[in-house]
Amino acid sequence: MSVRTKIFSAMKQIAEEQKVTLPPLQDDLSLNETGFDSLAFAILVARLEDELGIDPFTIAEDATFPSTLGELVRAYENVPA
Amino acid sequence: MSPPDTIALRHYLGEGRKDRTISDARHSVSLADMIERSCLAGRCSELSGRSVLIATSRQLFSALAMIELDGVARRLLLCPPDFGWERLQVLVEQAGIDTIITDQPISGHCAAGRCTVIGIDLPERRIAERTTDHATEWLMLTSGTSGLPKIVRHTLDGLAGAIIAEGPTRHSDATWATFYDIRRYGGLQILLRAVIGGGSMVLSEPGETIAAHVARLQAGGVTHISGTPSHWRKLLMSGAAADFSPRYIRLSGEIADQAVLDGLAQAFPHASIGHAYASTEAGVGFSVDDGREGFPAHLIGRNRDGVEMKVVEGSLRIRSKRTARAYVGADAPPLADAEGFVDTGDIVELRGERYHFVGRRGGIINIGGLKVHPEEVEAVINRHACVQMSRARSRRSPITGAIVVADVILTGGIDEKRHETIRSEILSQCKDSLAAWKVPAVIRFVERLEVTAAGKLARTDA
Repeated sequence: MSVRTKIFSAMKQIAEEQKVTLPPLQDDLSLNETGFDSLAFAILVARLEDELGIDPFTIAEDATFPSTLGELVRAYENVPA
Repeated sequence: MSPPDTIALRHYLGEGRKDRTISDARHSVSLADMIERSCLAGRCSELSGRSVLIATSRQLFSALAMIELDGVARRLLLCPPDFGWERLQVLVEQAGIDTIITDQPISGHCAAGRCTVIGIDLPERRIAERTTDHATEWLMLTSGTSGLPKIVRHTLDGLAGAIIAEGPTRHSDATWATFYDIRRYGGLQILLRAVIGGGSMVLSEPGETIAAHVARLQAGGVTHISGTPSHWRKLLMSGAAADFSPRYIRLSGEIADQAVLDGLAQAFPHASIGHAYASTEAGVGFSVDDGREGFPAHLIGRNRDGVEMKVVEGSLRIRSKRTARAYVGADAPPLADAEGFVDTGDIVELRGERYHFVGRRGGIINIGGLKVHPEEVEAVINRHACVQMSRARSRRSPITGAIVVADVILTGGIDEKRHETIRSEILSQCKDSLAAWKVPAVIRFVERLEVTAAGKLARTDA
């Protein structure tokens, strides 16, 4: 499973748990429009760290949080394993 | 010096049945024998007015020394089982110790050089009539969950306050046991119940398996037993509970949630089950025996036993003769406020007619400014029928600073295929009962959770 698929699947799971209706997931979707609040993102980052072994927002020195879904996926893809 | 008003511990030895004993895995000592025999090679009279540190590897020896020296020594300092000799110097200085009683070789320690060192063994030598000429101070160490352990000073009267109030002979035919070490407050309460109440006592043994311990409890005819909720969960998990049928079960030292109370009621249908609130500093506050978590709101205020409780800024405060008298040592902070109330640091919440413990003041997890006590999350998780024990803790988060995650031990024999179902059941249970930020972001199933030497769930990272 690609990193992208894993991220999308984790997001769907969290959306279900948080009773959030996700819009169709595509790269240019603004994270504001996902319906996720900061708690949901915190959960996402924690679970992805467990699944992928990385947390790009803690290890990066210039940690700017992404604003679109595409940027979020790239943040994970660009971390050297 | 005129004799103090207090009754020394050894005066209770002749009460009750003649066959009373105190035992560990290796020896059983007759309490009646203790009346006229010494475990200090007859050197008891030398110790009148001395400040004595008791550091023995076996609990039995500590118990014997306490019984022999109460009313004789000026002060007794009880060292817990995890006592490190490297701390001897500090304790000797802070507590003004001049005598050390031990069953271990300590000649190499410089602090020991300035003290009289006396060995201890099973009671043997006959001794002449002893006099009670001191109201001995009882010194104990706090468990030190936050920072270095502090020395607190109690009196026997204060330590035994709850026992006397209940009517000391109420359980005169009892054989007591505790999962605690008797050099900790919760364990000492049980030793005193046995000695003052006319009963017997079976001590715990470090390193002993649960099965072996339970076998010994049965063989010793234990009827009354106490421990922390973590101790009890461990027993319930072990499967060893089936062969054991105590009449009275007591929980203290941690929050007794509904799940552990129900679990014990199910495992021990013929036992009465009580949970007590006590701490080394605040003494015994109260005990509740209705099988429900928390305590009735009417206990707040002053009760007929002279215990007064109030809730200030969410934390329980207690004033009574059972609280420790003071912290001991140079620069020791005050133990109580100006009015004599001890702030327990335990946060309570009123729900209907009952107060519930929600956690420790220092243990709060801060999730983007919203607070949660790990204990309130655990109480909800523990309600799931497949959960044996859980620990909620903080995990750092780049988004909210921290999030709640939970480590969960499931009951034995659960197929791994069911894990995902159970995980979502626990999550939805949490969602139904807790605010969104208190719901664990991640639930991990683990084989074991660390329990501290004091019998409490380890919360080192909390």
